[in-house]
Amino acid sequence: MARPGSCIISNLTTLTESAQMKDINKSAPRTMPIQSATFSQSINAEIRRAAATGIYDIRGGGAKRKVPHFDDLLFLGASISRYPLEGYRERCDTSVTLGTRYAQNPITLDIPITIAGMSFGALSGPAKEALGRGATAAGTSTTTGDGGMTPEERGHSKKLVYQYLPSRYGMNPDDLRRADAIEVVVGQGAKPGGGGMLLGQKISDRVAEMRNLPKGIDQRSACRHPDWTGPDDLEIKILELREITSWKVPIYIKVGGARPYFDTTLAVKAGADVVVLDGMQGGTAATQDVFIEHVGQPILACIREAVRALQDMGMHREVQLIVSGGIRTGADVAKCMALGADAVAIGTAALIALGDNDPRWEDEYQMLGTTAGAYDDWHEGRDPAGITTQDPDLMARFDPIEGGRRLNNYLKVMTLEAQTIARACGKSHLHNLEPEDLCAVTLEAAAMAKVPLAGTDWWPGKKGDSF
Amino acid sequence: MQTFDLAAEGLRKLNATLHAQTASTNQTSWEIVNPKGSHAIAVGLDAPMEVNVKGSTGYYCAGMNKQATVHVHGSAGPGVAENMMSGTVIIDGDASQYAGATGHGGTLIIKGNASSRCGISMKGIDIIVHGNIGHMSAFMAQSGNLVVCGDAGDALGDSLYEARLFVRGNVKSLGADCIEKEMRPEHIELLTELLARGGCDAKPEEFKRYGSARQLYNFKPDNAY
Ligand SMILES: Cc1cc2nc3c(=O)[nH]c(=O)nc-3n(C[C@H](O)[C@H](O)[C@H](O)COP(=O)(O)O)c2cc1C
Repeated sequence: MARPGSCIISNLTTLTESAQMKDINKSAPRTMPIQSATFSQSINAEIRRAAATGIYDIRGGGAKRKVPHFDDLLFLGASISRYPLEGYRERCDTSVTLGTRYAQNPITLDIPITIAGMSFGALSGPAKEALGRGATAAGTSTTTGDGGMTPEERGHSKKLVYQYLPSRYGMNPDDLRRADAIEVVVGQGAKPGGGGMLLGQKISDRVAEMRNLPKGIDQRSACRHPDWTGPDDLEIKILELREITSWKVPIYIKVGGARPYFDTTLAVKAGADVVVLDGMQGGTAATQDVFIEHVGQPILACIREAVRALQDMGMHREVQLIVSGGIRTGADVAKCMALGADAVAIGTAALIALGDNDPRWEDEYQMLGTTAGAYDDWHEGRDPAGITTQDPDLMARFDPIEGGRRLNNYLKVMTLEAQTIARACGKSHLHNLEPEDLCAVTLEAAAMAKVPLAGTDWWPGKKGDSF
Repeated sequence: MQTFDLAAEGLRKLNATLHAQTASTNQTSWEIVNPKGSHAIAVGLDAPMEVNVKGSTGYYCAGMNKQATVHVHGSAGPGVAENMMSGTVIIDGDASQYAGATGHGGTLIIKGNASSRCGISMKGIDIIVHGNIGHMSAFMAQSGNLVVCGDAGDALGDSLYEARLFVRGNVKSLGADCIEKEMRPEHIELLTELLARGGCDAKPEEFKRYGSARQLYNFKPDNAY
């Protein structure tokens, strides 16, 4: 870039003089160009994009900003005062039973890692099938999503949770009775208080028919339920769902990480068998970027508050708690369990295991103006990996059997990792992990998880301690 | 006819008994006495039977109904016939909020008035109201028909999709993207049939038709707010 004022200099001086001055300037120390932390490249690009288009950015995925997370916690492991279990040999159980409060048929899973609800419409039929295959092989459940239950998914999922959403797309009593559990979705971590949008380009004949809407138009999913408004109504709604399904299956209530103490309390009061709590890092098929990045709390900040609510009601372990939002590894799973959760759910990580955002499609990501790992325009339906699309050619790239195998492998690895940690802490069941097994490496994480800052016996807000 | 005393035998037994009826049942006619405003009466039915509820009901009466005819000889609480799939639900009195919400099929007949959000998010159901309906009715209504012999409240048909709305009286205001549309012969024909089904003696020519302007169907800067 030309220095401001350089042309004025050449007008006022002779040619030689200006050449000499340039030489001097070249060698003179200069200020390094500094990018603003406030007006960063990505912020500026977004301002330019907004100025050019007049519309906010819609995308899939979860919060991309860095927030306090499970990486900020560490396990202490065994020591002289704690006795470890033998790795690989000594028993460390992983099973979990969900829905013991009211349901005639609670769900028992071999591993405490479930597949979160992801809509058919957002995902292709074969992708839903792969989730069912992988989850079933690993001994866990999968979940429908906005848009209803598909035969692929029901057929390939031994344990299938049916979501009851505000849009009620595809909702019918036959599918309700085919489900192994019902999840009343109040909110999602990516967008607590927000609805959804499936853009017209993803509305194939099949998706349109399942949702009773014309093909090719954008389909909005309402942000609140059409026939109940508050916790007292919700209690009656749950009564209705139980009566329709003869009190057989567990009823979960899913909330975004907004006010975890109160939401958990009210969900239990409304009659939930299971509370599903989804933090702000949780993925979504599509919503406004501003919503994803600026509404809701990190899951780390939510778990202890939800557990406290359950404990205050004497319901911890009576009503089970499933947590989600940015869970990637067995260590994350173990940390959730140690903080008091009964199980976890994964969305984004499951999609990555299937092949989403795989660098093998880099050339095509580049053509879409992005790169592997950053691709999040799932709502546009042009997913090179063939997972978040309804385009027949792209869908054909994805093999549901191979996808299922990969998901099963990944779930197994996570489970083995969590067991490794649990044994190191001397625990014969993942559920025996406890906050006392943890410390935090940052003050924020210590405050949110209510575990001591590493090297201290203190966390901000600890009872009986003042700052 | 079978008589079931809800106060004496309880809700669980009622619904279990009604669910046990199949297409070939001989017990096709039921009378429920002492409903006393209970919630979730006769929900999830799936057989061609007739259920007469002798009194008023609470929330979600006849929710998710299939095939059955449920007749409430009184008024109905919120969410009557919510997500109905098929069959017929008749309310002699008034219906509270969200009547027929998200209904996928069948016919809901309300002889009195309906409250706010009648037919919200309806997906194929036909709703015929002899009296008035409240505000935000047919919000995001996707398909099916809503017939109102009286007046409609504020914001009728806000964010409407393809449902057809017929109102005889005044409409306090129309919601976003809902407009009055021409009554063509095919609409008169349709409405004639709906009125007959609903047991209304109103004349189809007295009604106005409202539908979607289809301006919100694709997301654009101009319709985002
Ligand atoms: C592609 C996609 C579609 C989703 N669809 C739904 C949905 O239909 N209903 C719902 O409750 N949550 C939906 N979610 C959110 C997940 O259920 C879950 O809360 C979230 O993915 C968990 O966080 P994680 O992605 O970090 O694992 C979706 C998430 C993704 C990634």
